[in-house]
Amino acid sequence: MTVYNASTKNWKEESIKKLLFLCAFLSILTTLGIIWILGSESFEFFKEISFSDFFGSEWSPLIQPQSFGVFPLVCGTLHIVVISSFFAIPVGLLSAIYLSEYASNRSRAMIKPTLEVLAGIPTIVYGYFALTFVTPLLQKIFPSMSVYNSLSASLVVGIMILPMVCSLCDDALRAVPSGLRQAGYAMGSTSTEVSLKITIPAALSGIVASFVLAFSRAIGETMIVALAAGSLPNLTTNPLESIQTMTAFIVETGKGDVAVGTVEYNSIFVVAGLLFLITLVINLIANLLLKKYREVYE
Amino acid sequence: MNKSMATISLLIIIGITLFMIKGDKEDILNQADKQLSGTINIDGSSTVYPITEAVAEEFHKKYPKVKVIVNYSGTGGGFKKFYNGETQINDASRPIKSKEETEIKKNKITYIELPVAYDGLSVVVNRKNPLFEDDNAYISTDELKKIWEPGSKVQFWSEVRDGWPKEKITLYGPGVASGTFDYFTKAINGKEQASRKDFSPNEDDNALVKGVTGNTYALGYFGYAYYIENKKLLRALPIKQGNHPAVPPTAITIEDGSYQPLSRPIFIYVNAEAAKDPALKTFVEFYLDNAATLSKEVGYVALPSQVYDLAKKRFSDSTTGSIYATGQKLPLEQLLKQ
Amino acid sequence: MSGNNIPYRRFKEKIFKGLCRLMTFSAILILGVLLYHIVSEGWERLSSDFFNNLPSRRPSQAGIKPALWGTIWLMGLTALFAIPLAVASALYLEEYAKKNKLNYWIDINIANLAGVPSIVYGMLGLLFFVRVLALGNSLLAGALTLTLLILPVIITSAREAIRAVPRGLRQASLALGASQWQTIWFHVLPASLPGILTGVILSLSRAIGETAPLIMVGAAMYIANVPEGPMDSYSALPMQIYDWSSRPQVEFHELAAAAIMALLGILLFMNGIAVWIRQHYQVKGK
Repeated sequence: MTVYNASTKNWKEESIKKLLFLCAFLSILTTLGIIWILGSESFEFFKEISFSDFFGSEWSPLIQPQSFGVFPLVCGTLHIVVISSFFAIPVGLLSAIYLSEYASNRSRAMIKPTLEVLAGIPTIVYGYFALTFVTPLLQKIFPSMSVYNSLSASLVVGIMILPMVCSLCDDALRAVPSGLRQAGYAMGSTSTEVSLKITIPAALSGIVASFVLAFSRAIGETMIVALAAGSLPNLTTNPLESIQTMTAFIVETGKGDVAVGTVEYNSIFVVAGLLFLITLVINLIANLLLKKYREVYE
Repeated sequence: MNKSMATISLLIIIGITLFMIKGDKEDILNQADKQLSGTINIDGSSTVYPITEAVAEEFHKKYPKVKVIVNYSGTGGGFKKFYNGETQINDASRPIKSKEETEIKKNKITYIELPVAYDGLSVVVNRKNPLFEDDNAYISTDELKKIWEPGSKVQFWSEVRDGWPKEKITLYGPGVASGTFDYFTKAINGKEQASRKDFSPNEDDNALVKGVTGNTYALGYFGYAYYIENKKLLRALPIKQGNHPAVPPTAITIEDGSYQPLSRPIFIYVNAEAAKDPALKTFVEFYLDNAATLSKEVGYVALPSQVYDLAKKRFSDSTTGSIYATGQKLPLEQLLKQ
Repeated sequence: MSGNNIPYRRFKEKIFKGLCRLMTFSAILILGVLLYHIVSEGWERLSSDFFNNLPSRRPSQAGIKPALWGTIWLMGLTALFAIPLAVASALYLEEYAKKNKLNYWIDINIANLAGVPSIVYGMLGLLFFVRVLALGNSLLAGALTLTLLILPVIITSAREAIRAVPRGLRQASLALGASQWQTIWFHVLPASLPGILTGVILSLSRAIGETAPLIMVGAAMYIANVPEGPMDSYSALPMQIYDWSSRPQVEFHELAAAAIMALLGILLFMNGIAVWIRQHYQVKGK
């Protein structure tokens, strides 16, 4: 075994520390890169379109007469995020509780990877699944539903983010020291009470992290919504109608026939920038809430 | 996951690998063909892509050492790569726009514009739609304009033609960023991107098919290939322009130009400098030689053979610039002759 | 204390337990339906030719060879870059970083990056890897772009895993004279490995199915060659699936379904390895 004297040990420690710091710093560089790309084109956009126009309610960059009110797109994204979370978060969390508290080691070993495979199916497959299976099914329940609607798309987005919620919550719950659970049982609590009142609060950091990741993924989802929800910017609360999300707009216009340097082209970057800001705000809020309610058990 | 699952996964991958050890089949080629080498990058329209892919596929069999790489980031995005010199050929579902011309000149690139096939934009309804079951059924360009023009308030079939029932028209159309949308709006409404806003667009043509087939009184428009594949469920409407008789979209009517105004030529734009390279030169010549047969195979319509000859001449003469630069509205053949 | 409410609480427990079970099996049921959908469409198309052929306009002759190998190369390179970078970042943030402003913003930053739509990463990759670093439309550019895409997820779950390691373990190690790095390398890292692997599995799963960013950094929709090195041009299975799904002909949709099965096969294999490692360490840890 090599003998470490004080100076070599410090040098090695210091250089490792610096190396690790650089890796972490990469994330800042990535963000700076993104801000640069989005910011420079957005700047061009706002030279032509005023802020008040931008926060309007009609989005029609490519059909004459042009209009750049972004609210319909934000509304569309909201549809997807809200409905998919309403589906994925409870199902994911409860499945995670099942996996960590009630399932046998054997069934857990089979179920967890199975669910993780769900995460690997390309989103275009989910998109077609929504269009060819989920929508017809839902149309039987809601006959007034149009072929492209936000409900099918949202539910399928929910299915897509489900494995993330479930797997990460499962890990978080398992990481809670068993001593805490045992203490609860020793006091005569049922497993429900232990789960709800002890384990979940203790694992809150990990659980909320999984929700935020899932939320973020839902916000950033493109293919499923483009196929199943359509491309019609629509300011509505009705999930049976067709909508367009910010991401769908970005991908469709980016892939399409827009000439570089035009206002329509720049609008892609502005919408992406707005998306970025919205995600940032959600993260800040989640972080604040977490700080308030987290319990540390060391 | 225990050892048995890991073993199963391992067996799966071994199975796949065994499938792949088969090795390539060797074609019998002459020496010259085998030696031709180079790399050709192609990008652009998703409409033209199936033809370009078919050409590349056949080309590869003849000249295996030439690497042809094809992508479709859209006509506009493709032009950007083209004038950055990143691609040597741009697939385009529409002629080059003036803004793109400016950028190309700025980057000191010259191009050769070559038409390769026709796409017939088909206006379709559900086959069960009772309004069009008659053999003489048609829709006129004026009626289409009435339905699709900007600010149109038409909601029911009865508002389009007297005697039609008061059933709601559900409208489907391609994404508003696509060349198809640009072309239809220009041909029917007179101005690119001029359209009513309350229809159900979708980027994916298969999704549009689903839309129209799911709704008895729906009306939609998309490329001919998607109509042909779904003939059992869809009906393509004959179009009546002005006083001319109504013409349905078929391979013949699109090729001979009688299906108007919704036949559009599709193009490839070739970098004139790069065309001096033998690999690229051979590829473009091969493309023009084979576009007629291959475009038919993938659901498009061939140009008349005279037009291909004119295009080949254009290429061998290295005639640069766009035939649409003068702004004249002439048929393709005449524009090429100028 | 009022009366004996144990029967009520037992009842609540039964309901809750049942609910959890129901949720889990619903999730599995949905997966089953989806898989059935895919397998029934694509089963006929799986053959030795399918794996060996080049893509073609004729469905009977079309195959996934270039796309399959492109994906394998891409995943290998991405994992190679992403895992060490992510673990290193997570270790720094959990073990070394002080609670100052800079690190707080790095925190928020990473969570934020997880929500950026993949196409923006495509734009970033195009600008930086393809153009500035002049990597062109190579596997390397694609892998680096995907790495950036999946880093936030791995970092987040790695951090949670590292955070969950009891402080006592670290203190014991330090008390015995080990340096901070030795503590991390020999104790913290192995203990947090299962959690880190979950993040790796989830993010590689995501990366394997991505299309939009790959299109932007120049992955080909059609290419006749199998990649031979990291600087080669390439295609990938999700591109092929996307292409075939968009065609009007039904035969291509069947081919797409078969290609999806191939994709899931690779996914199962990658996940199989990771899950095996995770299981091994998790059992050991307990």
